[in-house]
Amino acid sequence: MSAPPLQIGDNLKPYSRDWLLSEQPTSRHQARLGRAYVIWRRFSANRLALAGLGIIVLLVLVAIFADVLAPHNPVQGDLMNARLLAPGTSGYLLGTDDQGRDILSRLIHGSRLTLFVVVLVAIIAAPVGLIIGTVSGYAGGWVDAVLMRITDIFLAFPKLVLALALVAALGPGIENAVLAIAVTSWPPYARIARAETMTFRNSEFISAVKLMGASPFRIVFRHVMPLCLSSLIVRVTLDMAGIILTAAGLGFLGLGAQPPLPEWGAMIASGRRFILDQWWVAAMPGAAILIVSLGFNLLGDGLRDALDPKEAGQ
Amino acid sequence: MTLTDTTAVTRRTRRRASSFGMAVVRFVVTVVTTFLGLLAVTFFIGRVVPIDPALAIVGDRAPAHVVERVREELGLNLPLYQQFWIYIKQALSGDFGTSVLTTNPVMADIARVFPATIELATIGTIIGALIGVPLGVLAAVKRGSFADQIVRVIGLIGYSVPIFWLGLLALVLFYAKLNWVAYPGRIDIVYEYTFTPVTGFYLLDAIWQAQWDVALDLFRHIILPGGLLGYFSLAYISRMTRSFMLNELQQEYVVAARAKGLSETRIIWFHALRNAAVPLVTVIALSYAGLLEGSVLTETIFSWPGLGLYITNSLQNADMNAVLGGTIVIGAVFITINILSDLLYRTLDPRTKSR
Repeated sequence: MSAPPLQIGDNLKPYSRDWLLSEQPTSRHQARLGRAYVIWRRFSANRLALAGLGIIVLLVLVAIFADVLAPHNPVQGDLMNARLLAPGTSGYLLGTDDQGRDILSRLIHGSRLTLFVVVLVAIIAAPVGLIIGTVSGYAGGWVDAVLMRITDIFLAFPKLVLALALVAALGPGIENAVLAIAVTSWPPYARIARAETMTFRNSEFISAVKLMGASPFRIVFRHVMPLCLSSLIVRVTLDMAGIILTAAGLGFLGLGAQPPLPEWGAMIASGRRFILDQWWVAAMPGAAILIVSLGFNLLGDGLRDALDPKEAGQ
Repeated sequence: MTLTDTTAVTRRTRRRASSFGMAVVRFVVTVVTTFLGLLAVTFFIGRVVPIDPALAIVGDRAPAHVVERVREELGLNLPLYQQFWIYIKQALSGDFGTSVLTTNPVMADIARVFPATIELATIGTIIGALIGVPLGVLAAVKRGSFADQIVRVIGLIGYSVPIFWLGLLALVLFYAKLNWVAYPGRIDIVYEYTFTPVTGFYLLDAIWQAQWDVALDLFRHIILPGGLLGYFSLAYISRMTRSFMLNELQQEYVVAARAKGLSETRIIWFHALRNAAVPLVTVIALSYAGLLEGSVLTETIFSWPGLGLYITNSLQNADMNAVLGGTIVIGAVFITINILSDLLYRTLDPRTKSR
């Protein structure tokens, strides 16, 4: 790590622990890193949160290196002599399904679909909620009233049922499932962003920016939104588990990813026929879903406690 | 003197009355727009997004004039806002069209299957509240202890596990391997023709008619799906109970009660829990609404002949009238429970009255 071109008032070694924890940062860079370090220390003191982070990092790595990691082809199985093998059969660690496909390889490739759904829903729903919430909170008046009414209407819906109806109309498929889940998951983000915006709408730094002639657009996008981000990230992380479960539910009902894609929910559905004798066909993908959504829940809890110590332990 | 007093009083009452009036107006607006929003979304899903409903009826090989006539009969050539108006009127009179699958009016189908869902969700909520509240209290009282960790893990798994998967595994274990519970379905085929339900809530009917063997069979059918839903509401209820109780136990009246020498049991179960009860009622109501929705996947696994199974069966057969009708009913009940729990909260908690 090379020393940066910084003027440091005190004689602390840059990037050392003391430098990061310094009460009087001499640059914006140092202050930011210091804050991040404090949050990281709080986060990493929580072992469960670290476990959650580990699970998610592992998921991402598995998804990236799926082609290398998967021992077999996830789509094409050995129909001749590898149908419904029990877990532990040589070469098939988690067994095979009714088409002779290695379940482990399918799970590994399925992690890509899971990440695809989660990331896509997050990058559709979170910005929509952020924009609606900040605009609503900053503008106030009738804009606020109308936007919040719409948000409340969507918030009042049962999410899974609405997603079901939407996918039924749009037609089954993983893209439509993503769209349906995104449509049902933005309202809480809008509520959070609005609440955050209201707390500092009348604060002095906003008045100062206004005095300098910044347009409402600039204020909302450059000054309000960044401050809403941390609580939004926590909420999105906590929602990830729910998104995975909804996507798996849609897949289970045959409305999500279509065969032969190795989507975990759809894999459970296809294993359902053999559940009494070859339990592992349905059990393995469910365990994968459980582990990943548990990871997101632990990570989200840890992030919330680290970013907002008031809530810690509640 | 007295005159000014009375005017002040009347002014104050009038102001209070007008703020009460405003609250009522706001409440009515909320309720009406929420239900209108529900109808608008289902209307949008049914009319604007999918394939032409006229084509869906006559098939894509039909000649153009036939398609045109069907479109006219369905009112599809009218402007959209008129179509929406007709849609609202139909929905309010309980007309959701005819199911392609059963050829019955959708509303009649729903009226037939809905009691099964309500029965299941009620059993689930009862189990969830009876176990979840004590667990939450225990976790709060013994904060940071081993018991607290266990309750936390139970809750976390409840939030993370796919319900349909857990249901399948439970079936394998408790039905196939241990044979403790009955096979998927609501009632044994033996009783299907001898037992005549009156209300649609079979369990109540059987007990009311004192048919104990039927009641036992019904219980063996409902316990697994009901217990499963109960676990999910338990996860939510215990977490919320813990957080409410932690909040109450920090209050000064708890210190005062301790100083008076009251027993810890009395403080926890009579004083603190009573104050936590008001938000808890809201939480339990919300979890009930959540179970109505959660029943969609559970009913599919357990072949439970309720609204959830009806919706998923209709989905498989592209029966959009039935799907949307079911969506509206679940949505409407969901919204109603939300509003009721909100009202309940306001009436039960004297602190919210002054507002």
